[in-house]
Amino acid sequence: MSDTTFLGMPAFPVAARDALRDSQLRGNLARATGTIRTRRAAAVGEQDDWEELREAGRALKERTLRHLDRYLLQLEEKVTAAGGQVHWARDAEEARRIVVQLVQDTGEREVVKVKSMVTQEIGLNEALAEAGIDAYETDLAELIVQLGHDQPSHILVPAIHRNRAEIREIFLRSMGEYGTPAPAGLDDDPRRLAEAARRHLREKFLRAKVAVSGVNFLVAETGTAVVVESEGNGRMCLTLPETLISVTGIEKVVPTWQDLEVYLQLLPRSSTGERMNPYTSTWTGTTAEDGPRTFHLVLVDGGRTDTLADPVGRQVLNCIRCSACLNVCPVYERVGGHTYGSVYPGPIGAVLSPQLRGTDSEADRSLPFASSLCGACYEVCPVKIDIPRVLLHLRARVVEQERERRLPKPERLAMTAARWVLTRPSWLSAAQRAGGLGSRLVARRGRLGRLPGPLSRWTDTRDAPVPAAESFSAWWRRTHPETRRPARRRQS
Amino acid sequence: MRIALFITCLNDTLFPATGRAVVTLLERLGCRVEFPQGQTCCGQMHFNTGYQRDCVPLVRRFTEVFAGYDAVVTPSGSCAGMVREQYGRVAELSGDARLSTAVQEAPPVYELSEFLVDVLGVTDVGAYFPHRVTYHPTCHSLRMLGVGDRPLALLRAVRGIDLVELGAAQQCCGFGGTFALKNADTSVAMCTDKVRHVLDTGADVLCAGDNSCLMHIGGTLSRLRTGVRVMHLAEILASTETGPDHAAAAASAGVTGPAARRAVERTKTP
Repeated sequence: MSDTTFLGMPAFPVAARDALRDSQLRGNLARATGTIRTRRAAAVGEQDDWEELREAGRALKERTLRHLDRYLLQLEEKVTAAGGQVHWARDAEEARRIVVQLVQDTGEREVVKVKSMVTQEIGLNEALAEAGIDAYETDLAELIVQLGHDQPSHILVPAIHRNRAEIREIFLRSMGEYGTPAPAGLDDDPRRLAEAARRHLREKFLRAKVAVSGVNFLVAETGTAVVVESEGNGRMCLTLPETLISVTGIEKVVPTWQDLEVYLQLLPRSSTGERMNPYTSTWTGTTAEDGPRTFHLVLVDGGRTDTLADPVGRQVLNCIRCSACLNVCPVYERVGGHTYGSVYPGPIGAVLSPQLRGTDSEADRSLPFASSLCGACYEVCPVKIDIPRVLLHLRARVVEQERERRLPKPERLAMTAARWVLTRPSWLSAAQRAGGLGSRLVARRGRLGRLPGPLSRWTDTRDAPVPAAESFSAWWRRTHPETRRPARRRQS
Repeated sequence: MRIALFITCLNDTLFPATGRAVVTLLERLGCRVEFPQGQTCCGQMHFNTGYQRDCVPLVRRFTEVFAGYDAVVTPSGSCAGMVREQYGRVAELSGDARLSTAVQEAPPVYELSEFLVDVLGVTDVGAYFPHRVTYHPTCHSLRMLGVGDRPLALLRAVRGIDLVELGAAQQCCGFGGTFALKNADTSVAMCTDKVRHVLDTGADVLCAGDNSCLMHIGGTLSRLRTGVRVMHLAEILASTETGPDHAAAAASAGVTGPAARRAVERTKTP
């Protein structure tokens, strides 16, 4: 994944602290996620066979991933036969090199882009800029992000952290630098804002000779690429330029059109709460006299094969990027997307990024812990990714990785101590007695207001309960002498 | 039927009144409850924090302590969820085939409301609790166990209760075990919204089936001196016209939250 996009992101808890202070962000997120949540619930609620659809979505992905090698080769063969060219990129660097070269071969100095998470994942815009090529985002929200010199913070609505007043300001300030300026006297009426964006983008669409797109699905049996979007800007990108370069991950393949049907039902209801997606573009290679003359498909691995090798972790490759998990996540709703330090935010990002990028950085190691394990994400996932389970799996991986450190962290010592006590009931009783006695000495009016060390992170904002004078076990032994028997001395 | 109570380490140490309420309630419903000695912790804290290997001896202990019972009942949705959802995985991870077998053969573990409604087949447990109460469905009981509206059905049948609906009830309170310490700021932000919804109800008592979540929300309610107290479902269901009315006792003690329990205990300890 890109080293450039979110370089030097701090660990999640530190980034969260700043985000939580941003009242504008908090308000925007609460309103936006609340609205999408309600809309999704309504759209899903009216589908009687939703659970069967989810199960089909999961099973089809799982089967496809099991035979991914076969489907990818079939896809390559069909795309090539239809006049397209397929390029394989092992990692982000290779993918960047391929795309930059393809653009340079056309002799053009600018490209229009339509929403592609993978190009953000690989840091393509930065690589293009370095090669002197201007890349213009044409998805409305991506345009807002680009003009604001910002990062996307949501999978579906990358500018969810901006409200219309901020968008107006960004348009007025930055549109002129990139092309058609915003009309003077632009207000924050959504229709006027959309009109300003339309005028700005129209010029780009009509001029551009090269487009770079993402892909939602790839149908192996015919070599067809599918893009699903709501604005029609994608359709412009996919049809007007002479050269189309589509960049995507190897996991996007589905075997047949019949399989696609399942996802075209699951995706719009899960992501925007719509029954049907507004603009679904499909294309197979190139067509004479219609659309791009040249079509390149760049298939990126970027850690996906490694992820596929992990029996628990591989289910994240089922993801169809609907963002339902973000919209229901109580953590995401409060900290926003930037806190996750990756183009993939929210619960899915917390399980995807540490697998695609590895857990070498502190930021990536902190991601699996950025969840209260409430399970709301799993409940809504249209392809049934058990995100809490993968989070726990990755937490264990991080802990095992840290086990190799010579000096154990205080947390490890505490966990080991807890295991000792909890595997020796007599020690537990002693600890309960000591804890009860100790805390009653420091408690004021029955409350523990301040605890030392890491426990202060609890008592900074919450009172702590005072351990009971008599534990339940002690009460039971006292009141039920007949059941009393020595605690087993089994040890850890 | 041999019924074993799994009290959980948190309740044993911090909230013994909940355990006593479970015993009172089940005995009132005609059950004989046993409390197997040597039980400690389900291992959830270790497992959920990534210390899965440290969890193995706790899983082994649990299967040994509760072997031979017909049912295990526990006043915690998340601990029940740990045993039901994760024990098989821990056993598999340990590579110990005997542990896997022991987990498979372990008695069924029921969260309290499941035990009452599904096993005993009751919703009216004969409780009396004349207070305004709102109920927070904890995440693990809701999504891991799928207890559904069992706790609400039980509460609705309580005489004298003024049960009010909690806004955004299904949203997590932000406890999440070690999440509350590792991501304290986010945890607090989540809890603040939960508390706002609780206060909006005008309830005197916030009820839930997990004292861990109640410790978190209650700790915040107490710090803010809101006067709203928290009670485990078992304690409300154990209250009768003549029996222990924990809330009334707590109110008379003039303190709230966990401290109230302590005050209650003090008055009761013979």
